[in-house]
This record gives sequence, structure tokens and C-alpha cells, in this order.
Amino acid sequence: MLELRGVTYRYAGYARPAIHDVDLRLADGEIVGLVGANEAGKSTICLVASGLAPASIGGALTGTLTIDGEAMAGRPTHELAERVAIGFQNSATQLSGVARTVFEEVALGPMNLGLEVAETLERTHAALRTLRIENLAERAPHRLSGGQGQLVAIASLIAMRPRHIILDEPTAQLDPEGTRLVGEALRALAETGTALLIVEHKTDLLDGLCGRVAVVDDGTIVLEGAAAYVFEDPRLEGWGVEAPSRVRLGRALAARGLDSTAVLE
Amino acid sequence: MGPLLLIGLVIVPGAVVAGVIGRLVRVSLLLTLPIAISVVLVSVFTRAGSHVLFAIGPFDATTEGVNFAGQILVRLFAISLSIGLFGLTTDPSALVYDLERRGVSPRFAFVANATLQAVPTMVERAGVIQAAQRARGLDTEGSARARLRGVMPLVGPVILSSLTEVEERSLALEVRAFSRPGRRNLLWSAPDRPVERIARWAMLTAFAGVVALRVTGHFPSLI
Repeated sequence: MLELRGVTYRYAGYARPAIHDVDLRLADGEIVGLVGANEAGKSTICLVASGLAPASIGGALTGTLTIDGEAMAGRPTHELAERVAIGFQNSATQLSGVARTVFEEVALGPMNLGLEVAETLERTHAALRTLRIENLAERAPHRLSGGQGQLVAIASLIAMRPRHIILDEPTAQLDPEGTRLVGEALRALAETGTALLIVEHKTDLLDGLCGRVAVVDDGTIVLEGAAAYVFEDPRLEGWGVEAPSRVRLGRALAARGLDSTAVLE
Repeated sequence: MGPLLLIGLVIVPGAVVAGVIGRLVRVSLLLTLPIAISVVLVSVFTRAGSHVLFAIGPFDATTEGVNFAGQILVRLFAISLSIGLFGLTTDPSALVYDLERRGVSPRFAFVANATLQAVPTMVERAGVIQAAQRARGLDTEGSARARLRGVMPLVGPVILSSLTEVEERSLALEVRAFSRPGRRNLLWSAPDRPVERIARWAMLTAFAGVVALRVTGHFPSLI
């Protein structure tokens, strides 16, 4: 279990904290969605939860990050990498830039862990299979489209087999089919016990995927609960979050005096 | 004689065998031309000499200056052809894997590889940014002056985006345990044929020989 308790974080060179008083828990096998307007603090929460802030990027942190009850402060990042992985929005910068093929790119993480070659190969094949991108294995990573690059970046994290994966807008560059595929892959991962924290603007994806959703506004979590409960909250739009189409359709039907439950069923 | 011999006996035959002679000459000319022009102008017109070939204003072109410019040009081409041949015939990933297999730190190997790949990546990025600027009305065609004006708006975005990318990429590598100490089990090793081993040892021996000749004062003249 990954837990943030009373976390306040300020980037180096800034007087004001980017996030404050954040409490968040990510249990094994759980998928938690993080929503909010741009600049609300979602990506900063991801950086802190992954241990990269402040360990790699500096800044000042108060509060604690614990994984399975152990405080992570002061741990080297390579140790954290075996417990928690993070994927960023821009797929181009997540690729190492030195691998000749997608296969080598995905294998880089397991190789860095010092695994035996056979296990590295097995993990790499499995990660490519999970996202159904085996056909990209021999392609040059820098020649991929944005969406393909995003899938390769996610596969690279999956191949590390961390217990917790944090994804910051993993489907930002994906078409509907790619988004659906990532959703399926993430659900399958959670079933194996991997905990997932997903930042997304596409609430339709989170609606069917997450057990719990947290809303971030002005650097803090303003609402948290079961996905169905959070997505029904009328304050959502005020926080810059669009309710899933299921909810919006239900409201539109209700406004016209129709029984939304019966229609949606 | 040294640089000419190197070009004639090693680099050109090597490039012909590798099938890259045309590209090598183009790359080498592109790399060398800006420096070569300035070197020729400075050497021909500022080198003191007894035999004046012609004069432009206060500057005399001397035979000694032409000779000196020739020597420097041959050296420049020998260097650029060597670097070009290395770049055109070496797979950066294979080189890095092999360095790492021989005990070089993965961190150093990564920096070496990233450096080798930095130039084509920046050229590609400049192309993308140029297309975006052109779409917004920037004129990059026509006279040399217009082309130069078109290059200036590229410099800032190319450098800034490269710096941002370096930061994001280093974080992404951290996440993938890149900083973990200890050896990695590499997936493959570059084939090392007997002929390649012989060529390597021959080059090392030749290098040691050249250094010895230089130190003992027996190295032949430049051309």
C-alpha cells in the first residue's frame, strides 16, 4: 500500500506550495483516479507519490510518503523504482533515446534491475503482449506515432513489474481504440495486485475503471470517494472537471422529465 | 605524407568497401567547408613569404601561404573523413553495448550514445519547429539573407525544448532504475569477427607506431 500523509510540497525557487495537506491512499490492486483542472496540482501529487519529488527534482516536502508502512524519505530513486513507477504525459521524453528497437526500449528497465537475460526477455514479451503491441517490437522507437509511443512507454513501466504504477494522462495522445486498450490493460494489471493511480481528463475512462476517485483543486484534494459518488457531485464542473457522459446524459434526460435509470438500462 | 597516406590507403578504401564513399564525401565536405574557407583565407593572405603570387588591397597571397593552407586542408579532411567514416559505419547502440560489456559504466555508455545521437535528433527537432514556424508565416526560402533570418527564430525553441527534454528524460530514466549500481545483464553482444579483431589490433599498433615516430622525431612531413 502506498500512502501520502499530510503532504505539502513546494518546488525549488517557489514561495507558494504546489500542493498542501494532501492525504491519499492506494491499496494493493486498487485503481484510483485523480481529476482536476490544469495546474490544480495533479502532476505534483504524482511526482511526490513516485518519490521523485523532492529526491530527484529538489524542492521542500513536509508530510510522509510510505510504501507498505515504510517511509520512503531519503531512499535512492533506483530502490523506489522497484516499488513504484511513474509515466508522464509526453511519451517522447519517456523513451530512453538510445534503444534501437521498441523491444530494447521496453527491456531497458528490467535490464537496469540486473535481472537475468531470460527474465528480462520474458517480462518484455509479456509487457508487449499486455498492450497488444508485439507488432511494434522491431520498430525504431523514435519513428513511432504519439499514440504508439505512449503505449510503448506504458509497456516499459509494466515490464518493471512494480507494485504501484502512477500514470499522468496515459491516454492523452491515444485514439478511442488505444484508450480502450490501455483501460483493459490497466484493469488486468490491477487484477494481479498492482495498485494504480491515474490522472485523466477523460472521465469516461475513469468511470468504468476506477473504484475510487479524488478531485484536486488549488493544490489539495477537495473530494474523494467511490467513483460513482464523486462523478455525480454537482460541484465537479466548478472544479474544472467534466462529468462522464453517462452522468451528463442522465442529467439531460432528467431535465426533460425522463426516467434516466430506465433509459440508461 | 601522413594525412594523405591515411586518406588514400585507409579511409577511402575503407569507405569504398563499406559502400559509403559518396555519403562520406558529402558529410566530410559539409563538416569541413566552413572551417576550410576561413583557414584558406587566413593562411593564404596572412602567411609571410618571399614569393608573392597576387595581392588584394594590402593583403599578399604568397606561395608559402598556399602551401601552408594546403597542409592544413589535408589535415582537416583527414580528421573529418575519419570521424565521418566512424559515424557512417558504426551502430551507436552496438558500440555502447560493447563498451558496457567490456566494463565501461552504463552511465558513461549512455552519455556516449546520447551524444552520438544528439545531432540527428536536434536536426529532426529543428525541422519540426521550422515547419511550425513556416505554418505561421515565417519565410525560410529565397536569398541567403532570408534563409539566415529564418534560422534565427529556430535557435531559441530548439535549445529550450532540448533542455526541457533532457530534464524529463532523466526523470523517466530514474524511474526505470537507471541509477541502480552494479552490472546489467545485456541482451545481446555485437558480433566480433576475426577480421574486425585484426583491423582493431592493426589500428592500435599503427596508433602506437605514429606516437612513437612523433616522439622520436622520425614522423614524416605533413604532405
